[in-house]
Amino acid sequence: MSEWIGRHPELLVAGLKAGVLIFVLLTAVAYMVWFERKLIAHIQSRWGPYRVGPHGLLQPLADGLKFLFKEDIILTNVTSRFVYLFAPFLSLALALLAVAVIPFGPEEFELLGTRTGFYVADINVGLLFVLAVTSLGVYGVVLAGWSSNSKYPLLGGLRSAAQMISYELALTFAVVGVLLLAGTLSLREIVAGQSGTWAGFLPRWHVFPQFVAFVCFFVAGVAETNRTPFDLPEAESELVAGFHTEYSSLKFAMFFMAEYAHIITTSLLVTILFFGGWLSPFPDTAAWNFTRFLPSVLTAVLALLFFRDAFRLTNQYHRVLTFLICMGLAGLAFLLLHPTALILAQGPFWLLAKTGMFLFVFVWTRATLPRFRYDQLMAFGWKLLVPLAVLNVFVTSFVVAWRAD
Amino acid sequence: MSAEHWLFFFFAGVAVLGALNLILQRHPIHSALSLILVMASLAVLYLLLGAEFIAAIQIIVYAGAIMVLFVFVIMVLNAGEEERTSLSRVAKFVGLPLAAVFLVEVCYVLYRAWPSEQMVVPERFLGRTEDIGKALYGEFLLPFELTAILILIALVGAVVLAQKEP
Repeated sequence: MSEWIGRHPELLVAGLKAGVLIFVLLTAVAYMVWFERKLIAHIQSRWGPYRVGPHGLLQPLADGLKFLFKEDIILTNVTSRFVYLFAPFLSLALALLAVAVIPFGPEEFELLGTRTGFYVADINVGLLFVLAVTSLGVYGVVLAGWSSNSKYPLLGGLRSAAQMISYELALTFAVVGVLLLAGTLSLREIVAGQSGTWAGFLPRWHVFPQFVAFVCFFVAGVAETNRTPFDLPEAESELVAGFHTEYSSLKFAMFFMAEYAHIITTSLLVTILFFGGWLSPFPDTAAWNFTRFLPSVLTAVLALLFFRDAFRLTNQYHRVLTFLICMGLAGLAFLLLHPTALILAQGPFWLLAKTGMFLFVFVWTRATLPRFRYDQLMAFGWKLLVPLAVLNVFVTSFVVAWRAD
Repeated sequence: MSAEHWLFFFFAGVAVLGALNLILQRHPIHSALSLILVMASLAVLYLLLGAEFIAAIQIIVYAGAIMVLFVFVIMVLNAGEEERTSLSRVAKFVGLPLAAVFLVEVCYVLYRAWPSEQMVVPERFLGRTEDIGKALYGEFLLPFELTAILILIALVGAVVLAQKEP
């Protein structure tokens, strides 16, 4: 066995990277929940989580432990026991799988003697892979709704199936516009094709020529993740909790994590398709060279904020913890000044910064917009988004054909 | 045997077992799930041939769209478990042998028509997205467009049938 692995170091490297990515993603999911609670609280003039750790930073950990220790109620009168138990696993597995093809940076490096980059798998139909995996995601919701043998979950599952099929159309058509410009299905090449600037300052991102597609894609993306204002499958005022009403404990947590993993995937995809992925928004000239130090500077600023808090907070434990976080961030800021780290960190930094922006928009819309009515939802998807996306494909293909002549 | 062979036999086996399960299951949803498993295994087989585009489309179209509609319809109709009636005597005694003979016949004809050296091999198979696009919009443009119109007619027909009486 070890001999076989020795002959295939790339498998070991891929496994290692997949493990790291899943760990990072699950942590990100946990802190996405914290971020959402905190942000919505501040939008509504509340404090949000504040007790568990400084600024409630240990809240995700407490929530996770709570889910772990809750009683796991497994219904006995379910329509199908296998499907009932299988649905949450399917949901989470598919949500985590989509991130495998996301490229986080352009740089390549040596790991265990294998040349590799900031991705788990670099397949040349990466975009189709993501679309395929997200299109399968609906099964988790639908099967959970059906197998629970209960009215509200069934209604939630039905709504979800109809909604996801409808909005997937707009999502896919919006992507076609970008594909026409990029001429490739590989996510790495799509990002690489967006490098350079127009008129010396405007980055050549797809969002500028494809603004309509971007709007369609983002709205359809929000609908695909079942988030407000499209959260009809789990509308709590009508359906208790929708498709996951009959799930408790870790199985509920799996649906929960899957939803947030979907949000992160969609944000990453929007960034890669329309906002130049890992590319810096600043022109690649000597005058803008100083922006390379932004990752380090921002980490240092964050460390300073925590340093201030270490003296301001009243709780002793929180002060110690804040100080430790401050030291860690300061160390990271110094590490990022190292020449190699400086170059390696550029791609992931910009990708994550832009993704963070979209995560903010996701939470912002949830805090701001009321839920659609069901007929409004369908009319919006079929009568506005789909025609708009198709029109965009028409116009883009004419322009591309005209320019090719 | 190389890793590709192992992968092929594993997923081919999964596809066949899934197809068998599709027939043997009594509940429509379980059958639908088995069919999805078959689709996914077929996608892996396409991948092994180097046809990434077809593999992805297989998942998106069949597993992601068509089967979702199947499951949706089964859920809306709330179809219960099917009831088995005992097989007729003729089917019991003649059915299985005839099916076996038919299977052997199909295998034989296929093998005669395409001996193993003429079958699709990964290196010679042009399955890249670009090749498929060029073939569809070049050599096979007419059949492609006709199929599109056929589907459009079916769509319009479905809308007309579903329309409520004025």
